[in-house]
Amino acid sequence: MEIVIAGCGKVGYTLAQQLSSEGHSVTVIDQSYAKVSALTDNVDVIGVVGNCVSHKTLSQAGVPDADLLIAVTGNDEKNLLCCSIGRKAGHVRTIARVRDPLYNSEMAFLRRTFELSDIINPELEAAQEISRIFQFPAAIGVDTFAKGGVDLLSFQVAASSILNGLHLKDFRRQIHSHILVCMVLRGGEVTIPDGNFCLQAGDLVSIIADRSSAAAFFEKIGVVRSRIRNVMIAGGGKISYYLVKDLLSSNISTTIIESDPARCDELTELFPKATVILGDATDQNLLLEEGLSSTDGFAALTGIDEENILLSLYANRMSSDTAKTVTKIGRLSFHSLIDNLDIGSVIYPQDLVASHIIRFVRSLDLSMRRKSGCASSFETLYKLAGGKAEALEFRITEKSPVAGIPLSQMKIRPNVMIGCIYRHGTIITPSGSDHLEEGDYVIVVATGVRILDISDILEA
Amino acid sequence: MNVKNIIYILGFIILFTGAFFLLPFITGLIYSETQIALLYLGLGILYMVIGGLILHFRPKTRSLFSREGAVAVAMGWIVMSLLGAIPFTILGEIPNYIDALFETVSGFTTTGSSILLNVETLSHASLFWRSFTHWVGGMGVLVLIMAVFPMMGGYDMNLMKMESPGPSVAKFVPHIKDSAKILYSLYFFITMAQIICLLIARMPIFDTLCITFGTVGTGGFGIRADSCASYTVAQQYIISIFMILSGVNYTAYFLIASRKWKASLKLEEVRWYLIIIAVSTALICLNIRPMFPDFEQTFRASLFGVSTIITTTGYATVDFNLWPSFSKFILCLLMVIGACAGSTGGGLKVSRVLLLTRGLKNELSLIVHPHERRIVRMDNEKVESATIRNTQVYLTAYSLILALSILIISLDDFTFETNVTAVLATFNNIGPGLAEVGPTSNFSAYSPLSKIVMIFDMLAGRLEIFPLLILLYRKTWKRH
Repeated sequence: MEIVIAGCGKVGYTLAQQLSSEGHSVTVIDQSYAKVSALTDNVDVIGVVGNCVSHKTLSQAGVPDADLLIAVTGNDEKNLLCCSIGRKAGHVRTIARVRDPLYNSEMAFLRRTFELSDIINPELEAAQEISRIFQFPAAIGVDTFAKGGVDLLSFQVAASSILNGLHLKDFRRQIHSHILVCMVLRGGEVTIPDGNFCLQAGDLVSIIADRSSAAAFFEKIGVVRSRIRNVMIAGGGKISYYLVKDLLSSNISTTIIESDPARCDELTELFPKATVILGDATDQNLLLEEGLSSTDGFAALTGIDEENILLSLYANRMSSDTAKTVTKIGRLSFHSLIDNLDIGSVIYPQDLVASHIIRFVRSLDLSMRRKSGCASSFETLYKLAGGKAEALEFRITEKSPVAGIPLSQMKIRPNVMIGCIYRHGTIITPSGSDHLEEGDYVIVVATGVRILDISDILEA
Repeated sequence: MNVKNIIYILGFIILFTGAFFLLPFITGLIYSETQIALLYLGLGILYMVIGGLILHFRPKTRSLFSREGAVAVAMGWIVMSLLGAIPFTILGEIPNYIDALFETVSGFTTTGSSILLNVETLSHASLFWRSFTHWVGGMGVLVLIMAVFPMMGGYDMNLMKMESPGPSVAKFVPHIKDSAKILYSLYFFITMAQIICLLIARMPIFDTLCITFGTVGTGGFGIRADSCASYTVAQQYIISIFMILSGVNYTAYFLIASRKWKASLKLEEVRWYLIIIAVSTALICLNIRPMFPDFEQTFRASLFGVSTIITTTGYATVDFNLWPSFSKFILCLLMVIGACAGSTGGGLKVSRVLLLTRGLKNELSLIVHPHERRIVRMDNEKVESATIRNTQVYLTAYSLILALSILIISLDDFTFETNVTAVLATFNNIGPGLAEVGPTSNFSAYSPLSKIVMIFDMLAGRLEIFPLLILLYRKTWKRH
């Protein structure tokens, strides 16, 4: 597909990189020559230097013939204007980044008025992700499938856990649980494990389960975490705003530490129920005074990544063992290093947005291919382990070549696993005798292969 | 320095060099030179096996930064030339390996300078191979490879930047693989067009192919002792026109192919290139008029002379060494200016000359109005100061290498004009110079040392100096 990205900031860069590696033709626009050349030097895309609200620049970037225009400059109004002009110039589908909380309640109106295909809000998505983590404290990461019915949960195997040294073929017998281990991240390498795989301490394990059986599972393996009742947040930016709103509505009490007095006043006005502290979050005494050691949850959401890492390291040391820590990383690129630090769950807002858009692009790709007879519908996609693996959700339609055949008779490609079948509201952990039916939701986990349609899981 | 990835790219180059040998093999079969053909086949298979073995060990990380890109391109061209020269020596057609290497480098770099006393003694297979090196070298072997295989993914840009002529690389479409494909399609189209034209003008098929490779690659190896003098009037005009076409920036062709006529006409570089050709031809015409019986012959000789030199091809129809010194000096200037960036030609490139003169104009204006803010424009767009700086540095490197090379080859004690034009002709990838290296003579009289210097000059000229200098730069090889 021909895709134009306006804005070469963090999100623009990540998007260009991922979309180009998915095989799309990407053109980027930015006003700064340095930013454009930094991108075109490192990623296989073409660049145009210019203002993305100018019709001339947009035509130069090929918008009239493009399939998709994504506006991710730092300015909401500019993004909307860019999409609007692009839409008029060439009937291109448009996605705008709009992140000012002011517009949050007007999203539907904006979408309709500006004929946008989608609106992305990295801060909102990051906040929702963090909120999910706080509501499910036993896991490090939570992704949701089947409209909230199934979760993909990631957690780290502790040295004392009964999982340490366990072969997966003995898993069911030992744990008495129908949960399927669908992905293991060890030392930066992603594995889709089979029965002979042996778990070790330090592995980051992903499982697919519904909420109640996941809770039972975590109890069995000895990771019990009570519900989170209070959360401390360092930094009062946009993510904090959305997060506080979400947490307060689920009756979790919140403390925000923010160093800008004006912002503190705004937050106090917006959230009467929250405790807003004016102060520097890097001040040890302040943190302890405000009860860091007794908090159930801590989120480091300041604008400086290094500061967030330090804060989370400190919070993990000072707080109780069961406390849950979340760290936001906006810019740093040392993913493999960061993943090994003891800083709890790590949130990369630009990666969340990138997988959101890639989800959109793939389903668009699919709807173009469907005219040539494609047999499943694509529902959800999550990028796992820093983009090394993917979890995809499909809905089976009647024409699907995989429907009705027992799984043991299917020739499934290596590094691909059917993680879960969701049929009429019940979750089936797939075994060899199960088969897929029309209307089923299927979650597929894959690494190293690109899957667009459910039939792609079969060997060619 | 990621040596594994560089070796991996060399594997590709060795594989492709082997594959190219199949062409002289076929030629040899057609002209019943069976033994020669079998040698090309044998070597070709050997290279392909070696290349295949290297490619078998695929490096884990596919990353290639700009210094690795520069080193890979420079090493690639050296390896390709070393391998491409071997058959000439084994066959005994050019017994001395340095001479064979000179001839091969001259081919790949689209120079066209020769050390052969009489080309007509070469076998058809070798003649074909010699001319085919021009075609491969013209657009670049790595660009060809990346059109077919994804070598290093997005990092291929670092290879293309180093291999393509000009101050900046034209990426036509987002994916580099597709850009490389477009470049080679245009190149192939021009090649076919010339082959068809020459066949219609009744040139023998073997001559047609060899001359076309030499023209579109702006190389200049003739296959007759008198280069192009014995071809008919129509054939000479066809060659002239296609030489000029091959010196045009390929961006213009891409714009034409995508139906953006207006934009293609607005390219300043192409416009100036055509103006320079017209003015030089007119001046030379006036200057050499007394030497020819009629105007048509004068015009044909001047047009051919100007187009062969400015596009850095190097074919000859008349011995321009006998022309008056005014005309000869115009040719010397054209040697330095060269063709357009993004074409297959060599020299400084018209766009660099434009940037340099515009930079000079700005500096003058700054003396008059010290606080004035000025920018350099090209095609009505701002040229980044980094590009200007790079161009100025390029000129410095260019002049230094020119001076040093002339100094070294002066040891051979030829005339001043011979030495200067020998270096100009090899460094700018032209072919023949003036005086004792003029169109009717060759480079065989130089000592092996001078030949090695000129081999370096040819490679430096084709790869635009920096990759070869990077190879010699101490810091490149340091770990940190």
